Amino acid sequence: MAEEEEESELSEKQKVEIAKWFLLNSPPGEIQYVAKDVKSILNDDGVFNEAASEAFPLYNKSHFIVLPMPDRSGDVLVTSFGELEDNAFLDPRTAQVAIVDHVKQVCEVVRPALDEELASAYIEEFRFSLDAEILKYVEEVYPKGVCSVYCVNGKDAEGPGFDFELAVVISASRHSPQNFCNGSWCSVWNIDFKDEQQTVEVKGKLQVGAHYFEEGNVQLDTKHECKDATLFQAPEDCALAISSIIRHHETEYLASLEASYLNLPDSTFKDLRRKLPVTRTLFPWHNTLQFSLTRDISKELGIGK
Amino acid sequence: MEAAMGLMRRIPPKHTETALSALLSLMPNHSSDLLSQVDQPLQVLCDVDCGKEFILCEYNRDADSYRSPWSNKYHPSLEDGSLPSLELRKLEIEANDIFAIYRDQYYEGGISSVYMWEDENEGFVACFLIKKDGSKTGQGRRGYLEEGAWDAIHVIEVGPEEEENTNYRLTSTVMLTLTTNNESSGIFSLSGSIRRQMSMKLSVADGHLCNMGKMIEEMESKLRNSLDQVYFGKTREMVCTLRPPSEVVQLRIPES
Repeated sequence: MAEEEEESELSEKQKVEIAKWFLLNSPPGEIQYVAKDVKSILNDDGVFNEAASEAFPLYNKSHFIVLPMPDRSGDVLVTSFGELEDNAFLDPRTAQVAIVDHVKQVCEVVRPALDEELASAYIEEFRFSLDAEILKYVEEVYPKGVCSVYCVNGKDAEGPGFDFELAVVISASRHSPQNFCNGSWCSVWNIDFKDEQQTVEVKGKLQVGAHYFEEGNVQLDTKHECKDATLFQAPEDCALAISSIIRHHETEYLASLEASYLNLPDSTFKDLRRKLPVTRTLFPWHNTLQFSLTRDISKELGIGK
Repeated sequence: MEAAMGLMRRIPPKHTETALSALLSLMPNHSSDLLSQVDQPLQVLCDVDCGKEFILCEYNRDADSYRSPWSNKYHPSLEDGSLPSLELRKLEIEANDIFAIYRDQYYEGGISSVYMWEDENEGFVACFLIKKDGSKTGQGRRGYLEEGAWDAIHVIEVGPEEEENTNYRLTSTVMLTLTTNNESSGIFSLSGSIRRQMSMKLSVADGHLCNMGKMIEEMESKLRNSLDQVYFGKTREMVCTLRPPSEVVQLRIPES
């Protein structure tokens, strides 16, 4: 809380909160630009650094940012599913742990994952097969997609008889600030392997954002959730079934996005403002006298609004 | 200030109000600059005299009160609030009447207000405002929109008469959000704000109202069109870049 004598002044804590709000509301791929502006407005490195150190990790994890690992072993996704410590993220495919600098958004060091950080051999078979299928799918469908499959529950199961849960994360983003355009596609698929029922439940959350800001500021923001299920089978068969479920739902979703865009000009947008007046001709500014006449008449007849 | 405007270009337009109040509290010294350069969604008040709603903006504000274009009275009431001259008030009344019809024909609902005041150099300034709630709980006739807001601000500086011609300088801003939500496609939300300017030298023979009205109509159509075609189109293009539609993918595979 602010001191009495500086009532109008914001406390440091309030400034940090405001700075965090701006950072967290950055469009995909634009947090560094927002950070630069916030820093110059605050003009207080202490406050800025505190806000940045709190906001960047949250932003990075919620936007599934992709960072190249230094040894060219591929990209690591920054997600809460792979988070081991604040700045350590597991890359299950290479069995490495990436140490990231959240504010700089770089990965400078990797270390081999410890045994206890990885899934058991039994689970790994399911994870590995699914990862291979998803990788194929993502490479085919997303020009710049990165994906990862994590075990988020029951990773130590040594064999059948236990429930476990995998999570598939797909992140595709495109940043072209020179064209005033940025965007990202994120999907998360939670896959629940139910041993007793011998079923696999699939739950998807898809989120797409785009920002176009040449002489304006227009943003697309979409969210969609869906559900499906398949049978609990051998790892390779599960992987095939699950990846085709994911492909199916994501293709459908893209089609529904296209449909939403197609509906814009003639139906959705019309509820805000029509392209032409109800009379289908431009407004008769030259001849507005007619309105005053009709108005007088309707007033006389008592049918005015 | 530059940094503040930079932020306003990036923060989602639906958060404009929050962003502006955050900036105002961080930069109290720049409050008048911020208030004049950042457009924010329009607010509405009810005229107690006639029961009609009117729109609030910087141009009908005096102290903490706002003048209604219907009764010409300030709300909450203000003893010596500034008023336009009698002559200008006459034009203002007419403009409000005609603009309400214009608004009804294009918007099928909504609220409009027109304010006018004299400026220093023998001309005057007019501000035309429209607010439409197009959501299905509001005035969306077709009921497609979960959430739908259109706010338009048109400010016209009208210069003094010169040999039967007058210069009109129009600055227009449109802010909108539209959100649909249905089973198959989930939440689909577009929000945006754009601002454009246009100047014209026109004969006063047609009357100020006719000239201003035509300019506004042309500008609104342009803005609506570029939002629809250019701005929404660009976000759609982005989606297709992220995940190209399947036909494109299938065409590409044989090449590789």
